[in-house]
Amino acid sequence: MSVVPKLATQMKDDVLTGVNTVLEAQELDIYYGDFLAFRKANLKVPEKKITALIGPSGSGKSTLLRSFNRMNDLVPTARVDGRILFHGENLYDRDIDPVAVRRLIGMVFQKPNPFPKSIYENVAWGAKINGYKGNMDELVERSLRQAALWDEVKDKLRQSGLSLSGGQQQRLCIARCIAVQPEVILMDEPASALDPIATLRIEDLMRELAENYTILIVTHNMQQAARVSDITVFMTMGEGRAGEIIEIGPTRELFTSPKDPRTEDYITGRVG
Amino acid sequence: MSAIAMREDTTGLRRRKLVGGIFLGVFIGATMLALGALALLLIDVFRDGASWLSWSFIRNLPSRRPEIAGIWPALIGSIWIMILTAAFTFPIGVGAAIYLHEFSKRGKLDRIIETNISNLAGVPSIVYGLLGLAVFVELFGRGPSILSGALTMTLLILPVVIIASREALRAVPDSLRQAALGVGATRWQMVWSHVLPAAMPGILTGTILALSRAIGETAPLIVVGAVTYITFTPEGLESRFTVLPLQIFDWASRPQDDFQAIAAAGIIVLLVLLLTMNTAAILLRNHFRKNQNW
Repeated sequence: MSVVPKLATQMKDDVLTGVNTVLEAQELDIYYGDFLAFRKANLKVPEKKITALIGPSGSGKSTLLRSFNRMNDLVPTARVDGRILFHGENLYDRDIDPVAVRRLIGMVFQKPNPFPKSIYENVAWGAKINGYKGNMDELVERSLRQAALWDEVKDKLRQSGLSLSGGQQQRLCIARCIAVQPEVILMDEPASALDPIATLRIEDLMRELAENYTILIVTHNMQQAARVSDITVFMTMGEGRAGEIIEIGPTRELFTSPKDPRTEDYITGRVG
Repeated sequence: MSAIAMREDTTGLRRRKLVGGIFLGVFIGATMLALGALALLLIDVFRDGASWLSWSFIRNLPSRRPEIAGIWPALIGSIWIMILTAAFTFPIGVGAAIYLHEFSKRGKLDRIIETNISNLAGVPSIVYGLLGLAVFVELFGRGPSILSGALTMTLLILPVVIIASREALRAVPDSLRQAALGVGATRWQMVWSHVLPAAMPGILTGTILALSRAIGETAPLIVVGAVTYITFTPEGLESRFTVLPLQIFDWASRPQDDFQAIAAAGIIVLLVLLLTMNTAAILLRNHFRKNQNW
């Protein structure tokens, strides 16, 4: 798509001035077996900003998101062409270990998936297996505070993570993610299984987290993208059912004056 | 009469309910038949054997005189075989299942292995007996010992344990695996800390059911060289041995009525051993199942 390479010139809005790029997809094709699931993704993810991936079902949002921490590797037939640079280093280089990638680029999933263990262990486990040597109690408290969950669980850290409500479970998953001190947090529709109030809490939390972390979020919910993100990436299903990026822009610009008619159709609710 | 009931039945509701009722009756009948057969068996066995059950029957050695004959060597032999088989089967079976389900790339070789494990589960037990005779008794020179018997039993139930463990692993939701890998865990850390504990109830159930099958097996042990008449309890891995079903078969095949009766008493002992194992399985399963309601 012609709009894609013009990314730099599109960014007139000042949200991006002087901001480093943390992750960058270059000419990224994602395949499942012979099926091309995503075509020629070019995307820069700016540091300590929230970048939202929006688009209709089947446009490959999750597929693209999962390629950023090599979660797609878990699908035996999945493979990629092209590159994803993390501070200039290709995540798909032969000598890069996906396990190390996933520590630096954490993930929060669509359905809250705490471990069937205590709240404390949910947060501590990731740090422990990654060789964390500091004070674990402090780390657990700090992570839960950052995830805006501490006050609700501080008296029941030994209870099962599954005893919490859905919204609390999702914040526990966020605490678990930040306990391993990642640089980037990928969120795959983190609020889609939650009620509106829990959703707003997660959104507030994301704004707070963006002060320290680079966030890339997939969402079905355009209002959510408009509310929380700095940059919005619109994608759709293109030729041969492969996902394609149509337009990238500062969120306010993309929602108020989309450049591509397909973006406009989608955000005004005419398609999708 | 209510408005709903008064309306003409155009949807064939009466007929649909009748069909449902008939099938319900068939299923209840099938359940009753199974329970009835079991009850009949138990009644018959207890009527014949209960009066012969005593502490001395359990503790005595077999004898040509039924009134002083006991089942002790067979009971100890069965327990030995059971414990050894469990000790061999569990790590190998669970290990194979973990490899196949959590680590293998599902290549051609892996699929061939998987298919053949399913086939092995259907091989008649006598064939395993012959294999045990050739390999453990002869080739490894372990003789007709408890060790040979237990290793043969291990071969026999290994496919079942692998398949049951794989099913248990399959039942663990992928979201749990992703959660672990998502914080930078290696596959082994994921398996050890999360997948295996979650699958443990199913693995234990499958393993103990397989062991229950092994405890009733006779054919392969006869081939390996278990003896039917033995007057000592096994002392070690190299010792000769007998097991409960073999002892029961020996008594049941004798013409005297009293031996028929102590065969029944032996069956009661075997059933109690089985029930104890199954109870242990349920307790273990409940213990591991705590806290795992995703």
